[in-house]
Amino acid sequence: MTEAERTLVSMRGIVKSFLGVRANDDVAFDLRAGEIHTLLGENGAGKSTLMNVLCGLYTPEAGCIFVDGKEHFFRSPSDAIAVGIGMVHQHFLLVPVLTVWENMILGDRAIPSVIPRKKVCRRIEELSTQYGLAVDPEARIWQLSVGEQQRVAILRALYRGARTLILDEPTAVLTPQEARALFSTLRRMAEEGHGVVFISHKLDEVMALSSRVTILRKGRVVGTWRAGEISKAALAEQMVGYQVPRSENPSPRGGEETLLEGRGLVVQSDRHLPAVRGISLELRRGEILGLAGVAGNGQRELCEALVGLRPLEAGELTLRGRRVTGAPPRIFQRQGVSYVPADRMGMGLVGNMNLRENVALRHYWREEFSRWKEILRWDVLGAFTEELVRRFRVQTLSCDVAVRTLSGGNLQKLMLARELGLLPSILVVQEPTWGLDVGATQYVRDQILEARNRGAAVLLASEDLEEIFALSDRVAVIHQGRLMGVSDNPRDLGEERVGLMMAGTPLGAERGEGHA
Amino acid sequence: MPRLWLEKRKDIPWWIGGTLSVLSVILALGAGGGLLLALGVSPWEAYVTMFRGALGNWYGLSETVVKAIPLAMAGLAVSLAFRMQVWNIGAEGQILLGALATAATVRYAFVDNFFVMLFLMMLSAALAGGLWGALAGWLKGRWRVNEIISTLMMNYIALHTVDYFIYGPWRDPASLGFPMTAPFPPAARLPLFLDTRVHLGIFFALILAGALYFFFRWTRWGFEVRVLGENPQVAHYAGIPYVRNVVLLMFFSGALAGLAGMGEIAGLQGRMQPGFSPGYGYTAIIVAWLARLNPGAILGVAFFMGALLVGGDTLQVVLRLPLASTHIIQGCILIFLLGGDVWRTHRIRLFRDKKC
Repeated sequence: MTEAERTLVSMRGIVKSFLGVRANDDVAFDLRAGEIHTLLGENGAGKSTLMNVLCGLYTPEAGCIFVDGKEHFFRSPSDAIAVGIGMVHQHFLLVPVLTVWENMILGDRAIPSVIPRKKVCRRIEELSTQYGLAVDPEARIWQLSVGEQQRVAILRALYRGARTLILDEPTAVLTPQEARALFSTLRRMAEEGHGVVFISHKLDEVMALSSRVTILRKGRVVGTWRAGEISKAALAEQMVGYQVPRSENPSPRGGEETLLEGRGLVVQSDRHLPAVRGISLELRRGEILGLAGVAGNGQRELCEALVGLRPLEAGELTLRGRRVTGAPPRIFQRQGVSYVPADRMGMGLVGNMNLRENVALRHYWREEFSRWKEILRWDVLGAFTEELVRRFRVQTLSCDVAVRTLSGGNLQKLMLARELGLLPSILVVQEPTWGLDVGATQYVRDQILEARNRGAAVLLASEDLEEIFALSDRVAVIHQGRLMGVSDNPRDLGEERVGLMMAGTPLGAERGEGHA
Repeated sequence: MPRLWLEKRKDIPWWIGGTLSVLSVILALGAGGGLLLALGVSPWEAYVTMFRGALGNWYGLSETVVKAIPLAMAGLAVSLAFRMQVWNIGAEGQILLGALATAATVRYAFVDNFFVMLFLMMLSAALAGGLWGALAGWLKGRWRVNEIISTLMMNYIALHTVDYFIYGPWRDPASLGFPMTAPFPPAARLPLFLDTRVHLGIFFALILAGALYFFFRWTRWGFEVRVLGENPQVAHYAGIPYVRNVVLLMFFSGALAGLAGMGEIAGLQGRMQPGFSPGYGYTAIIVAWLARLNPGAILGVAFFMGALLVGGDTLQVVLRLPLASTHIIQGCILIFLLGGDVWRTHRIRLFRDKKC
């Protein structure tokens, strides 16, 4: 066995359950020095659970972890980092108001009481040059873009001495160009003898990057393959256990009359910084307008403004020909405007409430759900919820359980069911398939297409270009709160051009002032 | 080597709440027993005395209920605001102002008819407490003033305003210099029951508990308040306005506390004097919290706290213990109850070495 083939970490017989369901059932996993090992699987297959066990966040019910051949028991992530295992979570777990270097030493018990700031910063700079992770140690986290924050999270793991680096869906928040830069960093780390665990759903990335792939399904290991031993189609099939039909918008088409129109919209972010700086667009009946862009370029603010949830600093909104600038959100709802926010648990659903109450959230005010204007008819709401659960195939024990017990895919299905259940005429969705497995993604996309075919006007904001291209009839690209251009023919544009627009290069001047 | 580990429970068993409460009280009595021994009193004797005094006879039981009435009403009042995650610490001030408004009504708007008087007193007490609460609610909703600070500070304003009137212009000339208002005429007194000091307020508390249960379970507005309390972001998404709700809810929270204040002086004291509320508004926060904001449980916890107060008084009289010692025993019970709460959501796991 060469040095590069040395086993860094091995996990044996890992068992971990939630609410009596085995998320990991007798799982074995090995990571060698110098490899990029992809962990692939559907949502709820147990990938994140397994890696949270490895990084010390979860305690397994059974099973052992060996690091360099020695057994370890992790009580917390600091035990794991002490033996060189670091994880970059989907939500980087950084403190926004602190600087980069302060985040690095947070929780480091070895740091002296008088903090050697210069030494810390010098070490950070060394690491950033070594791995091509450019970042300013004195910057505060909230000032950084999502891509930069991810670099900080990776640097933090390296700074704390990680030789095993776990990345949970790292490309979800990056442009294709940024993702390529990340991949070259990961390759460099592997060449230097680090072990990298890469969790992903995107099969193209997996094929391009991995040395080995391990597939999990329903908490068990399906198998491990070397790169080149298995085709993309076979990977997909192993992952879901059946053959996946590919979802595509079969017939892109122009929309009909305009249902919702925004002119010169200017919107602020939660921090009262300009987030949308003068965008005009229209949503037309029977058409999906794809809004591509890197996370945090004003998508959320634009979507919220369009559905009446965020005040306009300037500009006008017209809904079915009626001016609705400054109208309360309920007016938009009454006019058939639905919204599926990206932040499921933060904005879309209440974790502690049951399915019925979560469905009621957006519909409780409707006449059919109350008596004498004030007394809620929970029986009617309950029947409505059960019908939605059946129609949209939400998997749950009952409608009485708190929604926090549902998996990500089922949360998304529930939200979509709630928003689509009463056949809205305008649908704004943001990141509808973020973190979903192949099967659920398929299902959600089909529902969005069906809404369009029924005649709804759809705005689909997504950071996933593949999704934008698969579904949209027209594509608009947003960068720093401005539209870089709109294309009626997205497929002619190509991923590379759109990638450049996402990075701030406007579409040719012949397209005009970024008006959709 | 086996290892102990504290971990979050995945689901909370139905029996855990009651079991924890009983265990906590037993442990607290054990800890308090140590203190009693140090004071040279047999713990057993002391506890039997407390129990007998608070619950062992008709008089003690009735006094426990008398103390439980304001605790329950104020507990319900703060639980209303707490449901929306608005931390109304101002029940004490709202009680005081409710009482002040009651006294003002009796003084300036007296009508010699019980029903008219009851209506006027309730209206004025609810308005006074309610507006006092709504002011803090408006400051929070409109200007983001932290309500914990504002309601707490407003308690002192209320307290000294009340003192001004009873030490000053409203002092009864016939009271031989004691700071108190003139006794209320009979038409302004709440009826007492069964030859005890238990007054009409007990029905207020029972009806209010039922009403709150209904409100949160069945009404649109109750649902809106619950969503606001769970997550204001989600509420915004659901189209529920924040400012209007925080002002209205604080109004009703304050109004209920104001009614508690009216009950104390029109039911119990029959006049207004300093210290008629020995911090009921603050104890109510503990009552609401221990009851997890459940209206039925608030009645139960208020009764328990009432028993502690009466038992403590008995201990003082019978065993000649200093007042502070009974406070310590009450404190022990609360600390163990609150501290034991961690086992509701967490449990100890034992790990043994596994073979691979």
